[in-house]
Amino acid sequence: MKFRFAHESIEINAGLLIALTLVVISIGGLVEIVPLFYIDETIEEVEGVRPYTPLEQTGRDIYVREGCYTCHSQMIRPFRDELLRYGHYSLAAESQYDHPFQWGSKRTGPDLARVGEKYSNEWHVQHLEAPRSVVPGSIMPNYPWLSETALNTSDIEGKLRALKMVGVPYSDTDEEYQANVERFGEDAAKMLDIHTAEENLIAQAQAGNYDGDRSNLTEMDAIVAYLQLLGSLVDFSKYDEGYFAEFR
Amino acid sequence: MSDNNTQQQGNAVQTTGHAWDGDLQEFNNPLPRWWIWTFYATIIFSLGYWIIYPTWPYANTFTKGVGNTITFQNDAGEEVTTHWNTRSLLIKDMQTGEEATKQKAYLEKVNAASYEEILSDPDMMAFANSMAKVVFADNCAACHGPGGDLPEQAFGLYPNIADDAWLWGGTTAEIEQTITHGRNGYMPAFGKNLDDEKLEQLANYVLGISGHSVETDKAAAGEKIFQGQEGGCYYCHGADGTGLKSQGAANLTDAVWTVANVPGAVKEEDKVAAVKRVIKNGVSRQMPLWKSRLGEEQIKLLTLYVHELGGGK
Repeated sequence: MKFRFAHESIEINAGLLIALTLVVISIGGLVEIVPLFYIDETIEEVEGVRPYTPLEQTGRDIYVREGCYTCHSQMIRPFRDELLRYGHYSLAAESQYDHPFQWGSKRTGPDLARVGEKYSNEWHVQHLEAPRSVVPGSIMPNYPWLSETALNTSDIEGKLRALKMVGVPYSDTDEEYQANVERFGEDAAKMLDIHTAEENLIAQAQAGNYDGDRSNLTEMDAIVAYLQLLGSLVDFSKYDEGYFAEFR
Repeated sequence: MSDNNTQQQGNAVQTTGHAWDGDLQEFNNPLPRWWIWTFYATIIFSLGYWIIYPTWPYANTFTKGVGNTITFQNDAGEEVTTHWNTRSLLIKDMQTGEEATKQKAYLEKVNAASYEEILSDPDMMAFANSMAKVVFADNCAACHGPGGDLPEQAFGLYPNIADDAWLWGGTTAEIEQTITHGRNGYMPAFGKNLDDEKLEQLANYVLGISGHSVETDKAAAGEKIFQGQEGGCYYCHGADGTGLKSQGAANLTDAVWTVANVPGAVKEEDKVAAVKRVIKNGVSRQMPLWKSRLGEEQIKLLTLYVHELGGGK
């Protein structure tokens, strides 16, 4: 049969139909997403944002494992009601090291983008183990095993290497370490060194004493360390509100 | 819609004219006219939208929209005009929006007035209560419970602020200080220095000074520990047991218990056990500071709300 580019030839040719359907539906995605990678203003220039320390990253992995994101978003939108309830709207810069990001538009529980430093460590432990013991109307499930499960620290190097492959600046070589010192300061740079990741993880958990028990390292230590960091890296008092509008 | 139905029911149904496998045909039921025209209208609308709003990316930037700007004031008070975007829209909404302006008028009034003035003005108190109730629910209720009343299981973990006892002081100035800078509630654990017998004696003394019936010889021994160097309890709780506000130390002589769950104990020995446990393990409670999260007006409103909740001093 002679090929004609007519509706009929697409309809009777399954392979062609699939190929052309893929082309058509990817146009919307390509036009909306790809430009964000080369538009200058996508990520705001802002001080303070750094990749997660090994302990925080481990806590983040537990957060994702337990499916916290199915009820909690980490994205405060630029509306007055959200600002009054949760604080400053989220910046793109604040989730630039998130893989995967925790944005969302469905909230069964409250948004957690700025929950860091809002409550005490003790509260987080109590609330994760038995939410209704502090918030009577809560429908959040209990997570008692977080306090009972020993934290696995042995695979942290591999995790950081994987994140490095997708662009998070954890340092492997001396050169990368020096670059991190310049970019994030010496204290932060030490925490981003892949080779000392496991000892840094344990040291931070010991020093922070997140679950109130220094004698053993549990998953609770890691998730509380992560929650206490959320949204606390940028000091918004240093910026004029209008500054962030320049990036949009 | 009705046209389509008649078409299908009647004999003369249009087909697309395609035929597969010799006799397999396809009905042609065109979309309703109104739907088609609405579809064309949205396409024409989008052309206007592309011009007026930021839409198309090009090179390393994007079209900013024509004749569509937002003007607001920056922190220095200068007027800034930007192309349309949701962030500028929010700033403008916070500065000149209808709801924000209404609220601002009240907030300025609250800001200018002293605590005494607001407390004696029913109109301002009504505003303070309605706004602070929401701020309290968003920020404070997670620990202190809705309405400042603790759920039973959280007894002792956080101070109940609906009662009449004030660990750190119940005047408006003291409450404001507590909210602004946070507090570290700390009592050392005496389990290492005092053996079980001495803990028992102390517990009896402490229960005795708040009017519980106790074993008098034990209480007398406990008094020596309390008032002496061995326990040194009087440093923070005072020689009379009424507590030093500067240390956040509880008044032990009243009927209110902030850590030891004496009200929840049924039998006398359970009460002693509850007090003993607190002396043995100590207390470490932390209230976060709120000045970095809440504005001055919000803290002022919360102060009033908390002051009223617990019958402030």
